[in-house]
Amino acid sequence: MTNAITRRRRLELVVGAVVLAILAVLPLPIRDVYTQNLIILTILYAGLAQAWNILGGYCGQISLGHGLYFGIGAYVSTMLFVDAGISPLLGMFAAGAIASLVALLVGWPCFRLSGHYYAIATVVVGEIGHLLFLNWDFVGAATGLYVPFHGQSWMNLQFRTSKLPFHYLALVFAAATWIVAWVLEGSRWGYSWRAMRDDVIAARSLAVRVFPSKMAASAISGFFTGLGGAIFAQYVGYIDPDSVMAANISILIALPAVLGGVGTLWGPLIGAAILIPTSELTRSYLGGAGGVDLMIYGALIVGVALLRPAGLVSLLGARR
Amino acid sequence: MSVLLEVKDVSKSFGGVAANVDISFDVTEGEILGLIGPNGAGKTSLFNAISGDVTPDKGEIRLSGVRVSGTGPVACARAGIARTFQVVRSFDSMTVRENVMVGAFCRHTRAATAMAEAERVLDFAGLAAQADRPAHSLTPPEKRRLEIARALATEPKLLLLDEMLTGLTPTEAGAGVQLIRDVRAQGITIIMVEHVMEILLPLIDRAVVLNLGRVLTSGLPGDLVQDPAVISAYLGDRYAQ
Amino acid sequence: MSAISIDTVLQVALSGLLMGLIYALVAAGLSLIFGLMDVVNFAHGELLMLAMYATFFLNLWFGLDPLILLPVVAAIMFALGVAIYRGLISRALGVQFNRGMVQIFVTFGLAIFIRGAAQLAFGGDFRSVGTSWLANRTADLHGIYVPLPQLAASAVCLVAFAGLFALGRTEFGRALQATREDRDAVALIGIDRDRIFAIGWGLGAAAVGVAGTMLVGFYYVSPNVGANFALIAYVTVALGGFGNLMGALVAGILIGEVEAVTAQVLEPSLKQVGMFAIYLVVLMVRPRGLFGKL
Repeated sequence: MTNAITRRRRLELVVGAVVLAILAVLPLPIRDVYTQNLIILTILYAGLAQAWNILGGYCGQISLGHGLYFGIGAYVSTMLFVDAGISPLLGMFAAGAIASLVALLVGWPCFRLSGHYYAIATVVVGEIGHLLFLNWDFVGAATGLYVPFHGQSWMNLQFRTSKLPFHYLALVFAAATWIVAWVLEGSRWGYSWRAMRDDVIAARSLAVRVFPSKMAASAISGFFTGLGGAIFAQYVGYIDPDSVMAANISILIALPAVLGGVGTLWGPLIGAAILIPTSELTRSYLGGAGGVDLMIYGALIVGVALLRPAGLVSLLGARR
Repeated sequence: MSVLLEVKDVSKSFGGVAANVDISFDVTEGEILGLIGPNGAGKTSLFNAISGDVTPDKGEIRLSGVRVSGTGPVACARAGIARTFQVVRSFDSMTVRENVMVGAFCRHTRAATAMAEAERVLDFAGLAAQADRPAHSLTPPEKRRLEIARALATEPKLLLLDEMLTGLTPTEAGAGVQLIRDVRAQGITIIMVEHVMEILLPLIDRAVVLNLGRVLTSGLPGDLVQDPAVISAYLGDRYAQ
Repeated sequence: MSAISIDTVLQVALSGLLMGLIYALVAAGLSLIFGLMDVVNFAHGELLMLAMYATFFLNLWFGLDPLILLPVVAAIMFALGVAIYRGLISRALGVQFNRGMVQIFVTFGLAIFIRGAAQLAFGGDFRSVGTSWLANRTADLHGIYVPLPQLAASAVCLVAFAGLFALGRTEFGRALQATREDRDAVALIGIDRDRIFAIGWGLGAAAVGVAGTMLVGFYYVSPNVGANFALIAYVTVALGGFGNLMGALVAGILIGEVEAVTAQVLEPSLKQVGMFAIYLVVLMVRPRGLFGKL
């Protein structure tokens, strides 16, 4: 059957494939390590924002505590690697699974709350995790954990001579979150999420099971956020609670999706493509002037939120 | 014809105020039942009890002999009770087709079959031309139609219509009446709450009159308009003008 | 368990109460704005920071005691609150799509902007007020030592609360109440909704300004000082019930006490875990806070 929905979804796949192809060849001519790093972070955050988007966008549950799942992912894979010698290639899935489980444990009580109460509860849960990790010696407390270099290989997910492997790892991660979002958007769950986000009473009257649907969104979102955390840990080689679990990480994960367009396939990608380079470039070039980088960043957020409330994606003409 | 819905001794009060008191009536399969009464008679409260949105304090409601009261809106929808709302509730970030698909997913797990069902319902409800417009851009009568289409997509046995003709122009209301007749022709039983008597009375097979939370009387629409108790409770203030 | 003297218990209880009153006043400003227009001000901590800097510099330049500067800073913050409402929030309330997220991220972006501006203007140093009557003085209440700046701060907070409660009984307070209950209907009875909202923001900012002025007497100010207090304020407001003044007061004191006890019993670096845990437990029982309407 062809109709507007199936046509749109087919087009999305085509555009997605083109974007993927461009991103796959993008780093090849680039020799500058700074730019390579910038692109890798942008792609990684596009994936993280897409993971957030599943819960925060499609399902409409504004979580400001995703740093917890990101941090847990980073810690789980790192500790499995450091203490048990398990390859991060496997460890990252354990990281995702545990982050997913934690997301379910957080969702269980928090989904009783609505609106601002939910958002603030997620901030608090994230901050509890941050504080506990800061004081928990088993995970290195405030000192954090180094990922020792075990030799350059895909098994160890460690590369020193080139950033390219991390580029492709991040790209596979972001592409996976995009595909998952695409599949979910067209599925029963995707429809349930958007329906209950718009009007929960009407959704219930159409047999949408609200709580299980939120839990499903939370589990999927948490899984990919944890996965991203694991990749990030391998990439930077050092983690501590402030760098992977603090409240600003939660914001960094949510922001690209919000500015790009919540509950849209392209929003997280567009948002990350604007925000991460802006943030990094202003910090590198204006960071010396202490604060100007933050002012530009803040003004950008305010400006986009006010001028394009549906997100930057609305500039493309299509609402979704 | 067999009985589809049994309402038995249903009572419900909110904060000490009795909205429904010992309400009992049956609805026969395939009929259009009008639920009428002045404002505050407890019509919407009763609707909410039948659709599972509120649990009665006392009594029970059965659909095809199976108890549905107290099971919640999701179970009621799955059991075959669909509804529209007094104040239209559409999913405004979604298109008309997507709105209807939410309903279709009640019986279909796969997107393709849900889409086919949505297609069928959109044609039936006369919304095929608007299918890919955003729901928030519809006119009020179109939105009412959308609510019916969405409810029908759940493939209900019983459809509850809450003031779906109120506030429409005579032409729009006429089209709405035709749609309701078409729905019944598909074998779907209908209970409707409506204030516009001129439209309602010719449409319904039977009416239950509520007043102050209780069943005042029930019967054929033609007989009710001559019942002095009904006239004084409700119709009086309209017809006596 | 080691013997805990009565004095220790009283000391902990009192320091919890004193800090709790500050938390309560910071939260009151947030709660006021939320109650009025359903907007959570994520730049609330930055307003506190600005008030602290204002006090610091006015004190540095003119040598005036923070207690004297109190009305000045409150007035500056009131004007700033009104300006933020007129410039940003009224626009954020006007968007048709995605309003909830827009208001969150407008105030959040504003917070980042203010923090950046503070870094640029004041640098990252920690500063504290040099001259004040109360600095480094303590009162001895039968063996329990109370630093005077804290004592004065909590007294001022109580007075500010009394003022806010009194305001609720005035003509303006009733207009405020009417506006929060039905935003659209008030226009019909001649209340200028926009003006009420602007004044609400002014009052909210002034409340946090008063808290900031007193806080600077015993707390270092830096561009990032707001974040910590803001988080506590959100917890306080959610715990007390959004939009409820009495809730903010009770929850603020409760949080101050829980923090003081946790710091004493566990360890100081974990002092916030206790209050967060209490908050989560209360929200499980009362999803809209202690005083929130269900």
